Amino acid sequence: MYLYDAVDQRLVDERVAQFRDQTRRFLAGELSEDNFRPLRLQNGLYIQRFAPMLRVAIPYGLLASRQLRALAHIARKWDRGYGHFSTRQNIQFNWVKLEDVPDILAHLASVQMHAIQTSGNCIRNTTTDHLAGVAPDEIVDPLVWCELIRQWSTFHPEFAYLPRKFKIAVSGAENDRAAIQVHDIGLQALRGANGETGFRVLVGGGLGRTPVIGTAIREFLPWPHLLSYLDAILRVYNRHGRRDNKYKARIKILVRELTPEVFRAQVDAEWAHLKDGPSTLTAAEVGRITQRFTRPQYQKLEALSVHYTQALARERGFANWAGRNVHPHKVPGYAAVTLSLKKTGVPPGDATADQMDAVADLADRYSFGELRVSHEQNLILSDVKQSDLHALWQEAKALGLATPNIGLITNIIACPGGDFCSLANAKSIPVAEAIQRRFDDLDYQHDIGELDLNISGCMNSCGHHHVGHIGILGVDKQGAEFYQISIGGAQGNAAALGKVIGPSFAQDEVPDVIEKLIQTYLARRDSEAERFIDVVRRIGIAPFKEHVYGNADQKRENRNGQLAAA
Amino acid sequence: MATLIKNAKIATDSWQRLDRATDGSLPSVPATGDVLVSLPLWQAMAGELLGRNGGRLGVWLDGSEDPAQIADSLEALSLVAIHFAQFTDGRGYSTARLLRERHGWKGELRAIGDIQRDQLFYLSRCGFDAFELNDGLDPQGALSAFTDFTEAYQTSVERPLPLFRRRVAEAV
Ligand code: HEM
Ligand code: SF4
Repeated sequence: MYLYDAVDQRLVDERVAQFRDQTRRFLAGELSEDNFRPLRLQNGLYIQRFAPMLRVAIPYGLLASRQLRALAHIARKWDRGYGHFSTRQNIQFNWVKLEDVPDILAHLASVQMHAIQTSGNCIRNTTTDHLAGVAPDEIVDPLVWCELIRQWSTFHPEFAYLPRKFKIAVSGAENDRAAIQVHDIGLQALRGANGETGFRVLVGGGLGRTPVIGTAIREFLPWPHLLSYLDAILRVYNRHGRRDNKYKARIKILVRELTPEVFRAQVDAEWAHLKDGPSTLTAAEVGRITQRFTRPQYQKLEALSVHYTQALARERGFANWAGRNVHPHKVPGYAAVTLSLKKTGVPPGDATADQMDAVADLADRYSFGELRVSHEQNLILSDVKQSDLHALWQEAKALGLATPNIGLITNIIACPGGDFCSLANAKSIPVAEAIQRRFDDLDYQHDIGELDLNISGCMNSCGHHHVGHIGILGVDKQGAEFYQISIGGAQGNAAALGKVIGPSFAQDEVPDVIEKLIQTYLARRDSEAERFIDVVRRIGIAPFKEHVYGNADQKRENRNGQLAAA
Repeated sequence: MATLIKNAKIATDSWQRLDRATDGSLPSVPATGDVLVSLPLWQAMAGELLGRNGGRLGVWLDGSEDPAQIADSLEALSLVAIHFAQFTDGRGYSTARLLRERHGWKGELRAIGDIQRDQLFYLSRCGFDAFELNDGLDPQGALSAFTDFTEAYQTSVERPLPLFRRRVAEAV
């Protein structure tokens, strides 16, 4: 956990005072709605369907137990007793009152948290791998770099009024768990020939209505140049990104219109002036930030706990959970655990205040008082002793947080959709629930194996449907809510955008369609090892399409036949 | 009338703005007095403007205009202004830093157009020292915006060293 120093704290406190005054002036009529909007957005405050929504930053997904308790307190005192963890390592409160927000921000500041730049056309919360620092496949621990980027981006005076929002993600592992290929800037931390840290820099990725996979513009940026190079990219974007059309304002459009080669040349030309300037990072500063992170004091343990292996052999339920929700750790004898926020019937990513308090207790007792928020909208206890896993599982089960579905079809990523969001074409929460119910049988889920299913309520793609193995997108068909389905998308190293299988469906048809996709997969896979996405890649979308629409047409014919007969 | 804030104080404005007439024709140049002209006007009339006997000269840039275009003229100027069509159009922040940090502009750098209190802090960090505040805003209240924050992480015109370098310098 990064601990604020006096300056970090002072800046956050000053931000609260600033926003308190801005809110006061707005409520007194001294600041118009148009002039207040960008200010409140840069403090995470949207005006939504029913009430203002407050988005709180969980920088790079890291959270201390006392911070989670503060979130629980906010949910109870100022909201309706729950919060929604988003795909961007933020938490959203859907029912706050505008006039309470300064007090909420003050409460957050008291636990070294904030809502700074969680919305608006500025540099947003930097996200990373939820297993940062503990994953066995890690090359470089991204946390220190994320904090350096957090400080650089916080109140950056030049980039507060960009053409559009700007999202940076960092991965330091062999397997990308931070979706760096679909961010405005994706940074892959790696090691150079002499073991020195550097970054592969991708730009122009993004989802939304024009999904694009990012392009590498620099293969190895030595770490001292990280901030000056980011400054150069942002300056080119700030000056030349389109401002005439908000749908064309993201950096991906600039990169595409210029071509990546020309964009890179412009960045290099700008960087030539900034390189080796005062923003150049020093070993002293990197060391200082590193020191400010508390790190778990691990015990020396056996690589495999006997207690753990015995429990695995003894209890099938525990083994199922461990198989899905427990992840390897780079320190012998430890494991990372996902607490699933994807129990059937609960909106994906939602947690109640009581659950938050209980998870904070679990973190204190089992994981050094820390946890992480994953972009799959789950909570992670990253440093659990293997010998504690069984006890933790029992406690998590009692809290409804032990659904053994990580990586499986019911671990649905979904945006809040039409139930909360004013931009939605369609609801996403009831669709997620209907699918979870259809596939509730655990054996069936496990038989289907790894499958990412993502739902967005409109083409803004907050639920990342483009990169779901199965993606569901809410569309508007003459005022009715319909769902377009795509398959073949993927996140991670082999990131790919899904292909739409055909005309869209009514809400009650969706579970059947998903079932048909699954049937096609099960019939065509060559072994259990071949995942859904592998089969789509091997045989293409045509067989899936045939099965879905062949039958759908038949169904329509049947229905028409019945109607004709009636 | 917009209120002029200069060096964090309310000031009186001696500058007259000059642009093409609505029919596109060039305006007549006042013989004396301080005049602030648009970039196209400067490009069309620099000779005539420089030939005056009295009064100072300034050029204003729009968000889309590259400060490199006046880099060679800076010696003849006493004021550079950057126009913000809307306060949410942030290009002028980069323009300002380029003028100060790359082209070495030391004179008055004025923010004009849609200028409000809540942007003053960032604007001043990017090198603006003068601001034509929108009508209807409380100028005294606006002055307090310069102290919204007492520290900053990044390098900027006003504090060229980022916090991490100043910390080290202070500790030594
Ligand atoms: C309910 C209020 C929300 C609103 C009004 C909203 C609005 C938007 C809009 C307008 C975009 C498209 C931006 C563009 O393409 O330029 C977008 C993208 C996105 N939002 Fe949201 N969103 C909301 C909630 C969420 C939630 C709950 C999540 C996480 C679950 C989220 C995560 C994202 C992500 C990951 C994108 C990705 C696309 C990209 O940036 O390329 N948003 N959002
Ligand atoms: S995808 Fe659309 S419906 Fe869903 S949260 Fe984003 S803007 Fe709202």
